[in-house]
Amino acid sequence: MTAPVLETIDLEKKFGGLTATSNVSLKVAKGARHALIGPNGAGKTTLINLLTGVLRPTAGRILLDDRDITAVAPHRRVKLGIARTFQINQLFADLTPLETVSLAVSERLGAGKDWWRLVGRRAQLMDEVAEILEGFRLTDVMDERTAILPYGKQRLLEIAVAVASKPRVLLLDEPAAGVPEDERHMILSIVAALPADVSVLLIEHDMELVFQFAQRISVLVNGALFTEGTPDEIARDARVKEVYLGETTDA
Amino acid sequence: MLTILFDGIAYGMLLFVLACGLAVTLGLMNFVNLAHGAFAMAGGYCLVVLVNRYGVPFFAALPLAFLFSAVLGFVLERTLYVHVYRKPHLDQVLFTIGLVFMSVAGVDYVMGSGQVFARLPSWLEGQFQVFGVGLGRYRLLIIVICGLLTIALQLILSNTRFGSRLRASVDDARVARGLGINVSGVFALTFAFGSGLAGLGGALGVEILGLDPTFPLKYMIYFLIVVTVGGTSSITGPFLASLLLGIGDVAGKYYVPTLGAFVIYTIMIVVLIWRPQGLFARGAAR
Amino acid sequence: MSRTSRIGAIQDRLAARSRWHVLEIAFWLAALSTYYLLPGKHLILTEIAILALFALSLDLILGYAGIISLGHAAFFGFGAYVAGLLAVHGIITEPLLALLASGLAAMLLGFVTSFLVLRGSDLTRIMVTLGVALVLRELANRNGWLTGGADGLQGVEIKPLLGLFRFDMFGRTAYAYSLGVLFVLFLLARRIVNSPFGLSLQSIKGNPLRAAAVGIPVNRRLVAIYTIAAGYAGIAGALLTQTTAFASLDVFAFDRSADLLLVLIIGGTGYLYGGLIGALVFKLMQDYISALTPQYWPFWIGLLLVVIVLVGRERITSWTTPIRALASRLDWRADRRRAQLAPGSHP
Repeated sequence: MTAPVLETIDLEKKFGGLTATSNVSLKVAKGARHALIGPNGAGKTTLINLLTGVLRPTAGRILLDDRDITAVAPHRRVKLGIARTFQINQLFADLTPLETVSLAVSERLGAGKDWWRLVGRRAQLMDEVAEILEGFRLTDVMDERTAILPYGKQRLLEIAVAVASKPRVLLLDEPAAGVPEDERHMILSIVAALPADVSVLLIEHDMELVFQFAQRISVLVNGALFTEGTPDEIARDARVKEVYLGETTDA
Repeated sequence: MLTILFDGIAYGMLLFVLACGLAVTLGLMNFVNLAHGAFAMAGGYCLVVLVNRYGVPFFAALPLAFLFSAVLGFVLERTLYVHVYRKPHLDQVLFTIGLVFMSVAGVDYVMGSGQVFARLPSWLEGQFQVFGVGLGRYRLLIIVICGLLTIALQLILSNTRFGSRLRASVDDARVARGLGINVSGVFALTFAFGSGLAGLGGALGVEILGLDPTFPLKYMIYFLIVVTVGGTSSITGPFLASLLLGIGDVAGKYYVPTLGAFVIYTIMIVVLIWRPQGLFARGAAR
Repeated sequence: MSRTSRIGAIQDRLAARSRWHVLEIAFWLAALSTYYLLPGKHLILTEIAILALFALSLDLILGYAGIISLGHAAFFGFGAYVAGLLAVHGIITEPLLALLASGLAAMLLGFVTSFLVLRGSDLTRIMVTLGVALVLRELANRNGWLTGGADGLQGVEIKPLLGLFRFDMFGRTAYAYSLGVLFVLFLLARRIVNSPFGLSLQSIKGNPLRAAAVGIPVNRRLVAIYTIAAGYAGIAGALLTQTTAFASLDVFAFDRSADLLLVLIIGGTGYLYGGLIGALVFKLMQDYISALTPQYWPFWIGLLLVVIVLVGRERITSWTTPIRALASRLDWRADRRRAQLAPGSHP
């Protein structure tokens, strides 16, 4: 594999006596369509939190394009090109989708600290905002308060905000979670339509989405990398089935 | 110098009795009761009225002051405080500030705005001479009473069923409720008891701290410092913090009068920044 | 829809936030007219203007950034004493310059203490800000050689404003001065909250986790607004000193910080006018009640606080939503564009 765009080296996270992430060495290739799966509680979201800087690892390193970002603050990682969506929507309840996306775009362009010019004056910025809103089918609700939007639209906004940062690496934490059946296809098609140069790491439970989308799959169990491979390899791997089935028979 | 140490210890232990109710309230319900000083004030005035006006013996008036504040606390908790538990912190702060203002102005109206004094039994005045060091008798009494109270509190917490229910509720109210512990009942009793202790502290403190209607405002910050530095998950934390504060304040005012209370405020700010959960707490993040 | 009209529609949506409503213009016209219509009331009007500016400064951090402060009087008092000392020692005698200097000094204090409110929960912020205000009060108290201690700063003489307008005892100059300063600073604040910076603050208040995930340097923005708010509060304090020719420990009093919170609760936070309206209502209330019970008016303030909290702050602010709804209904231009954007009208 050519140099990975995102890499972790022996990443470890302990909470007191509990080891949430142990010795994870993960490589995400450039332009990857990489899925991360595993039973509940395997530590997938913890890994995302480590990658984005919300949590500090107890050991190990994280490299973005060979640059060590282990100690870099979350907002700076966004500037360096990592964006993520949250499993449970983390949006700005009182802002509109228009304001939210404008915020993301203007931060990226460095216009976020501008305290004199009124919001919306820079036309080039606004063009991009309009495009994003259209691409995520949010134009018709762009002026509504996020809190009152239907869940499906909120989920789209969640992804739109991440994409607005024009990341090089996009971490999607269960984007289809909780979305009603009839709106799922929209999420799927948007995920499929992401630019080829954006490397995507997708966490999902929906196996249909995973196998449709992924070129490479990593399996996380109890905080450690269980196995990795192409979708075919993983589908045929009996141990993987066992890990999942083992979970369901216990439940 | 030993006198200062002695005075500081007495002051510290008094602060502990005054503040420990607040520490438990904060740890139990995550509720900052800025009006805690009002219950202390109530106990103090109760003692003054009983001793000065009705000639009740000092040592009989002390438990009565405790009861007075405890009942007051219980009533207010059941009628008013209980509605504010679920509200955001800002609302809780505003609510208790409102109570403080009401109590300060109310007491001013009823009792007048001057400082009041209690008539102490004559054998409590003056000093004992121990190894050439003058130990104030009243302060010695405070150390004895507060020391006994602290030991009793620690015993109650660790050896009684109520104590373990209380500790469980402080650790995790939801789980405690799930275990069948009547958390709101525990809380009502604890609040009453804490207020009672504050009242007792206020009564004992009339002689040392001075008592006037602005008492809750003047000493609010001291209680907050004890709770901040000592943390809210044990008795020993606030105890040590109170001693530290008491000795520090007395020594500071004696040796460096121009800085005065400045020192302890700075300590509080530094501690809050460095360890938001208190110096001695077991580090449970909330 | 064509590209340019698409951009235009979006820009219009965003610009709608910052457009001047009819009610706003009416408000300031009314405020300006009080100078001419209420000549006998200039003294209390000056107090209202100063309190309004002070409340505006707290709204900037509370309503827009979500920082709870119980010690905002620290900056008010600092500005007040700096202005007083500048006058007493003849360092800067022109009041407007001294005002700016005091504001800058308060901003410096705000900057230095801002890191204290970045960490920790609401509870921590409450105690820390309270502590800072108390520290300052103690410092002022103990250093009487500088501040006059408990007696207050003596011998403050304020020279004519801009060298032309003497501060008369009816408060005419004082009111025009205070109102003018309030208006200018209000305009600046309005500009700030409607800028991308202001929007990022609101996002931080709503969801700091998401804000960081969008690339917003949360701490840096909070420090910035805290510093600005401290400057505003300091200017308010300096105005008090300059219009009353006196400064006392009172400026650091806990009451001041507590009353300020009440002002913002009455008026509402997060739309800039809350502090102004709240200050007006509060002062009128204070005036009225103090006339009835001069000594015990804190009791009624306390009672009001308790009742407001028990009734619920949301219900109080809901009283102002009809006004805001009315204001947006008056904005007929927004209605027309909304029709333009409606799905049915797409080509």
